[in-house]
Amino acid sequence: MSSRDLILGRVRAALRDAPVVPVAPRDYRPAGTNRADLDVLIDRLVDYKAEVYRVPSAEVAATAARLAGDGAVLVPPGLPEEWRPAGAYADDHLTADRIAEAGAVLTAAAVAVAETGTIVLDASPDQGRRVITLLPDVHVCVLRPAQVVASVPDAIARLDPCRPLTWISGPSATSDIELNRVEGVHGPRHLHVLILTD
Amino acid sequence: MSTFLGMPVTAPRGVGHLRGDQSFPDAAREALGNAQLRRNLRHATTTIRGKSGRVIAELPDWQELRDAGSAIKADAMARLPELLEQLETRVAEAGGVVHWAADANEANAIVTDLVRRTGSDRVIKVKSMATQEIGLNEALEAAGITPVETDLAELIVQLGDDKPSHILVPAIHRNRSEIREIFLRAMPGVDPALTDDPPVLAAAARRYLRETFLSTKVAVSGANFAIADTGTLGVVESEGNGRMCLTLPDTLITVMGIEKVLPTWQDLEVFLQLLPRASTGERMNPYTTMWTGVTPGDGPQNFHLVLLDNGRSAVLSDPAGRSALHCIRCSACLNVCPVYERTGGHSYGSVYPGPIGAVLSPQLTGVADNASLPYASSLCGACFDACPVKIDIPSMLVHLRNKVPHGRAERAAMAAAAYTMDRPKLYASAQRAAKLARILGRRGRGLPPPLSGWTAGRDLPEFPKQTFRDWWAQREQP
Repeated sequence: MSSRDLILGRVRAALRDAPVVPVAPRDYRPAGTNRADLDVLIDRLVDYKAEVYRVPSAEVAATAARLAGDGAVLVPPGLPEEWRPAGAYADDHLTADRIAEAGAVLTAAAVAVAETGTIVLDASPDQGRRVITLLPDVHVCVLRPAQVVASVPDAIARLDPCRPLTWISGPSATSDIELNRVEGVHGPRHLHVLILTD
Repeated sequence: MSTFLGMPVTAPRGVGHLRGDQSFPDAAREALGNAQLRRNLRHATTTIRGKSGRVIAELPDWQELRDAGSAIKADAMARLPELLEQLETRVAEAGGVVHWAADANEANAIVTDLVRRTGSDRVIKVKSMATQEIGLNEALEAAGITPVETDLAELIVQLGDDKPSHILVPAIHRNRSEIREIFLRAMPGVDPALTDDPPVLAAAARRYLRETFLSTKVAVSGANFAIADTGTLGVVESEGNGRMCLTLPDTLITVMGIEKVLPTWQDLEVFLQLLPRASTGERMNPYTTMWTGVTPGDGPQNFHLVLLDNGRSAVLSDPAGRSALHCIRCSACLNVCPVYERTGGHSYGSVYPGPIGAVLSPQLTGVADNASLPYASSLCGACFDACPVKIDIPSMLVHLRNKVPHGRAERAAMAAAAYTMDRPKLYASAQRAAKLARILGRRGRGLPPPLSGWTAGRDLPEFPKQTFRDWWAQREQP
């Protein structure tokens, strides 16, 4: 007998008393309860040590170039042209070393959750492969106000689970030393969020 | 086949970390003598209780989320066979390979074989309770494969040749200066000028692991949840080591207990709110990675999911104990437990310490193999109040105490006590006779054999010089 049949057989035997379970009550705030509040998002992002800038689209490129310091800006292949700083290089099956040497990576996002200060990437062409937002030390992420939702249920309703998803709430951090939050372990140590004003 | 007649099959002996070398009272007695440990634990649990309380208070619907979380888990357990089959189908459709492991030995063999077939002699690991439970690291090492723990706390434990003592923060028993000493002693290439400043310690781990992340072809992870209707898996983390392991290697092997499955994608909206606030006391943890099978050109191109029983079906077979499987490993119950705060995690013997460990470990192994754990509690109920999925741990502890094999002397003594308490005259004379016990066993010393077993884990109360009945009879009449 396969282990699959063995385990499923054990589980069915364990449930012989056929426990009757009522339909789960969902009396919590469902998707659509509140409208997204940009001020809440900014407050939560800043609280978890992300830096937030309100900029028009025309200033994205210059802002990203400045945040990259002396390094070049890495962009995903599908980033809108007008955001792309001069001298930026696009990910095209780049090696890990080439990705890691970027001064900053500049991407769009799929959704942002105001209540938790979370940005979700779904690997669309304007966000790129997961690795490009992982190895550079600085991540600059552009948000359109229409992408901001109020709560986690709103985000779940918008996202496609079949895409690889990365939920980001502030820069890399750990609480493993005496349960104090310390920013900056393995992921990008700096997260900058540009919220478009146009 | 006896299995189908319903004989529950518990986790096998001789493999993994579900059984301690000592009983809880013996291990706790040693731990209580360690003042540094108690200071570290009190500081850490006090900090996290405060953080967690503040972010939970921000949500007006916390109780409704708990109700939903509890009910979704009960529903998932009641429909476990169909959900597991659905998950298997969805993962396979998305390009993953699903394996079934009846116990720790089989899971270790499956993972070892998968790693061998890649030709790699090293794996990077994301912190995972399931792989700690089955002793995967020991199995890999025995096969000549080096497992590298990448979570900071797990790294501290691994470099210190230590054992994890907390579900969320396995090195909670170490303070910053102890961590510095471990790094200086055991971390290759560490800067000898290392200080005990937490950001400096974190930066040392970043430097040490970066090259390993980039050069290792195989990763092993656990999973916080699996979604049956989409085949999506998720890992919730903080440092980015999870993202590294789940993104960079060619091959990803995920070991997951069968109880982690959730019915629908929408169910995540509940657990992604409950878990971070109850666990690290954050509105959301820094990073959560979700993946469905294999994505061409992005992340590991070979994905294996190992579904682990190892006693879970035995837990499911007890209607009064099965809700222990609802646990989402947040560790809120540890952080509020007065017993855990004083004894630390090692005293519980199992990788699952604290209140949830005291109900989960004995059920996974069979109560006889962890007989002291159902007593590792004052039954104060703080764990039940703190649990984000409302597991009634105190009631379960009492239920399990009734399943613990009791010694003959204790059973005889209890039967005699019941007989006496049923008969008022006999009871009154027994109370007077109890004064004799003042001589037999003074407070703190316990009873003499054969009743010493009963007082090994309990203080014998000091008997009063006078019983209430005697005082009533002799009192001055007004």
